[in-house]
Amino acid sequence: MNGIVSYGAYIPSHKIETGEIASVWGADGSAWAKNLNVYSKSVPGPDEDVITIAVEATRIAMKRAKLNGTKIGAIYTGSESHPYAVKPTSTIVAEAIGATPNLTAADFEFACKAGTAAIQTCLGIVGNKQVENGIAIGVDTSQGAPGDALEYSASAGGGTMIIGKEKVIATINHTTSYTTDTPDFWRREGQKYPRHGGRFTGKPAFFKHVMMCGKMIMDMAGSKPEDYDYVVTHQPNGKFPIRAAKSLGFTEEQYKTGLLTPRIGNTYSGAIFLGLSAILDIAKPGDRILAVAYGSGAGSDGFDLTVTDEIAKMDRSETVEDMISRMEIINYATYAKYRGKLNMGDSK
Amino acid sequence: MSVPRFWRELDTRYNLIGSYCKITNTYHYPRRSFNPEAGRDSIGSMEDYQFKGTGTVVTATVVHQAQTGYEMFGPYCMAIIELDEGPRITSQIVDCEPNNVKSGMKVKSVFRKLGEDSESGILHYGTKFILSEKTNTEDSNEDTIENIEL
Repeated sequence: MNGIVSYGAYIPSHKIETGEIASVWGADGSAWAKNLNVYSKSVPGPDEDVITIAVEATRIAMKRAKLNGTKIGAIYTGSESHPYAVKPTSTIVAEAIGATPNLTAADFEFACKAGTAAIQTCLGIVGNKQVENGIAIGVDTSQGAPGDALEYSASAGGGTMIIGKEKVIATINHTTSYTTDTPDFWRREGQKYPRHGGRFTGKPAFFKHVMMCGKMIMDMAGSKPEDYDYVVTHQPNGKFPIRAAKSLGFTEEQYKTGLLTPRIGNTYSGAIFLGLSAILDIAKPGDRILAVAYGSGAGSDGFDLTVTDEIAKMDRSETVEDMISRMEIINYATYAKYRGKLNMGDSK
Repeated sequence: MSVPRFWRELDTRYNLIGSYCKITNTYHYPRRSFNPEAGRDSIGSMEDYQFKGTGTVVTATVVHQAQTGYEMFGPYCMAIIELDEGPRITSQIVDCEPNNVKSGMKVKSVFRKLGEDSESGILHYGTKFILSEKTNTEDSNEDTIENIEL
């Protein structure tokens, strides 16, 4: 059966604490951290962006699978912070892993679920034997406007899933989607920061889509929450995914491994990839995983996976936990410098 | 830098592609079409080689007056690195306290943005280095001349 052949993750090595951001705006840092369940968020360096994160994550995935670039027939990168408006991220990733020129490539955008749409696309073209292996990447370096609620959570990171049919470490047994036109969060062309509908991002947006898609995928698989060892959903903050998981009938034991937002913030398109990577870092053969992504605008993609014996043969060093543990705290001034929030006038 | 000029060297910058001389059994970076040590005999005996991306710091310095395009890094570390296969290259070392970088430290390559032509121009990507092992920040003032290999 087709599924995940390999995976890789990347989280920048800097982080800023919620209290530090709050202190700049005269807000109560403890209250913000507790309300969002986000205590720190990753910050990319001045030379890191969606492309560099995608390349690093993909190189880890290629190394784990011991694949060379000629075995890759497609690369799709999902993000809402591609460095170019016109010029693909995916071609640069392809060149950096030696996959050019015999492949197809494109960039996807669907808020935070563009990467899982890429997984579904890869499943399709692997399934119809158009390619041997396809790479799906979910990555973002999104920003919240200074002082906005999003500034406490918008972070950076991403992951890569190589989808194929040989030496699969986790079969994708079922996938489905739930999509509507729901304007909960958007960024207009040319605008630096996104805007959102405040509380409207909750019940009619995130919860409706994640819950419906979660139920649909379990109906499709004929499964119940207790059949799964792990569950991971999109995590715009640290509270929504817990509430959604509990409402679907899952326990803390099932959701805690994939819940990273309290420590690294909301990595947008990277969130479900990083959560799934953290699970695959420790998963055992036979484990079952339910993954439900969410992208504003809005839609959810659900996946029912079963870990295979192949995972025991894979070198799973460079784990998500390793990356989180190496993160070093920076202050707001350094954060502003790294994220281009300083107006350099004509000096630059 | 013109777009084609950078584009011609993409594999060198992205993937550390250099050359291996089959006559002298030596490695070269950047890529060479012949090896000066072997002279004309090396023509046709050079083959592409992808470096592992691991090496050792030969010497390092901290740049406080950042060059154009690197203002947001300042201060930052520049180092001469000897790759495990032999060639020495100059690179920025990132994701560390710049004063902590000392000669003899092990480094590994990472994929990073090198610069951009302008706000609307092409972005340049390539290889930089990070320390292989985390350093103790308390050592940052131990900048003794004995540690520097000249």
